[in-house]
Amino acid sequence: MEALYAFCVGLLTASGVFLVLRSRTFPVVVGLTLLAYAVNLFLFASGRLTVAGVPVVGQSATYADPLPQALVLTAIVIGFAMTAFVVILALRARADLGSDHVDGREEQSNGELN
Amino acid sequence: MQHGVILPILIPLIAGILLMLPVMHKSVWRQRCGSLIASASVLMMSIWLLMQASTGDVTIYALGDWQPPYGIILVLDRLSALMLLLTSLLGFAAILYACHSDDTTGSFFHVLMQFQLMGINGAFLTGDLFNLFVFFEILLIASYALVIHGGGKQKTRANVHYVILNLVGSSLFLFALGILYGTLGTLNMADMAAKVAGVPVEDQALVEAGGLLLLVVFGLKAAAFPLYFWLPRTYSAAVAPVAALFAIMTKVGIYSILRVFTLIFGEEAGELKDLAVVWLWPAAVVTIMAGAVGVVAAQGMRTQVAYLVVVSVGTLLGGIALNSETGTAALLYYLIHSTLVSAGLFLLVDLIARQRGQAGDRIVGTHPLAQPVLLGILFFLGAIAIIGMPPFSGFIGKALLLKATPGVTDKLWLWPPLLLSSLLVLIALSRTGTTVFWRVSKGATKADSAEPGKVVATLLLLSAAPLLAIFGGPIAEYTTATAEQLHSPGELIRQILPGASATGGLRP
Repeated sequence: MEALYAFCVGLLTASGVFLVLRSRTFPVVVGLTLLAYAVNLFLFASGRLTVAGVPVVGQSATYADPLPQALVLTAIVIGFAMTAFVVILALRARADLGSDHVDGREEQSNGELN
Repeated sequence: MQHGVILPILIPLIAGILLMLPVMHKSVWRQRCGSLIASASVLMMSIWLLMQASTGDVTIYALGDWQPPYGIILVLDRLSALMLLLTSLLGFAAILYACHSDDTTGSFFHVLMQFQLMGINGAFLTGDLFNLFVFFEILLIASYALVIHGGGKQKTRANVHYVILNLVGSSLFLFALGILYGTLGTLNMADMAAKVAGVPVEDQALVEAGGLLLLVVFGLKAAAFPLYFWLPRTYSAAVAPVAALFAIMTKVGIYSILRVFTLIFGEEAGELKDLAVVWLWPAAVVTIMAGAVGVVAAQGMRTQVAYLVVVSVGTLLGGIALNSETGTAALLYYLIHSTLVSAGLFLLVDLIARQRGQAGDRIVGTHPLAQPVLLGILFFLGAIAIIGMPPFSGFIGKALLLKATPGVTDKLWLWPPLLLSSLLVLIALSRTGTTVFWRVSKGATKADSAEPGKVVATLLLLSAAPLLAIFGGPIAEYTTATAEQLHSPGELIRQILPGASATGGLRP
């Protein structure tokens, strides 16, 4: 389970970093979302992975650490708000700057960025 | 006043919420009054807290009475009290300045300003690393909205970079927290500090990675090389009062570096002691030089002041890299000076730019200003202070830093960039001053004089330069005591966790 979990976090992070480095705002926003997913999974795993563990001592054979769950919840809420903001900002930038390039550059007729 | 410690967070929060109500929101006058009253009361509160902290007592406030290390705590020591006072002073001056026109160019200015102050105050008070993250996000989301306050292409473009960079920074912060929680099993800073020394050898590399990731995140907030490229554009695009308040935002990064790397990875961290110093030296030197080159190359006065902020960040990083009590004392003095004076310069440049018509803040000759004498004297004062020439505070700050450098190697690292950058800043600011004030065309000026309220706000910040020099003795005593407190983290740890030993901590 650990290997699969680590692979998922790694894949999400790698895709997120790749997309964040793109030059259009839409892929960048998607990349930020993927990074947020990766970080949420990662935080969740920081309390170690337990199967069928209740986050209360004495309820099951092994207990899950409740703190990372609370941290992830906070991180999800904050990440959601930030994503909403960045989407609106990207739309605003598209309208204000007339281009969806992250530097707000104009597109030339041959499709190349100047 | 047992609950006094949490008031610098609660007052702006409640004020921000009240200002959003339609009754308050409908009238600009009520908005301004409410915002000014709230920030003035936080200012009073901070002065009281500073007096409380200056006795050397550390006040610990356990939220919901959940005892550390299980609950979130607020810690008020000398450093956090000092930063609180600095923030509230800056906030008050920025709001006073904004009350004369800038707050009507967009909606919810005062609300956002209060939330921003709440986030900054919270970041300075908290004793929990995850809580620090939460307060970072509060101050960031308020700042995202404040950067584009007023609207316009330049602001939107700057904000896209600022927001994306900071969102990536937040992800890195969470990765670092995950690593540190996974290895140390706690997020209370004092508890982490108690446990770092007892980390098993196989986990040490992980803790190190987590700590250095934190350094990257704080370096991004502080605008250290190579993570400072967002700063000049963002700060020069934002409206003046916002830019002035942002002068403290880089210091939030500096504060976090100082806090985390003296407390958690400080004297008692065993093998992981002084984790960051190796990285701070080159970052400091390059930041100073890059900032100084930026000051010389800047085309506009706003950009120039923004680069001055970069130079001061580099200088402060150099102070942290010295990693000694005298070094920290000197850097804290320099921090007070550079925050207030650079914020004052942001306001002053805005005053000048408004009287220059179309030329704005560009460093070119144009028709004369409406108040050349007043603004000229203020510019001269601010420039002398920020360059670091006697008799004002910048000179004392830089002299203290130079004096605090111990060995020949350290001197070789810090002295040349510090002195060379002062020279470059001197050249650049003399050019700006002569161009703006002396190279003017003949003829009458069309601009109106500045509103008295704006001048008062600017004076409030720039008067720090002579005042910090006149009261240099008591202030240097306070910063020295603060540095002593910072460099003996053991006492703080034992006060927060009476059961903890120096090594091993409370591991169950």
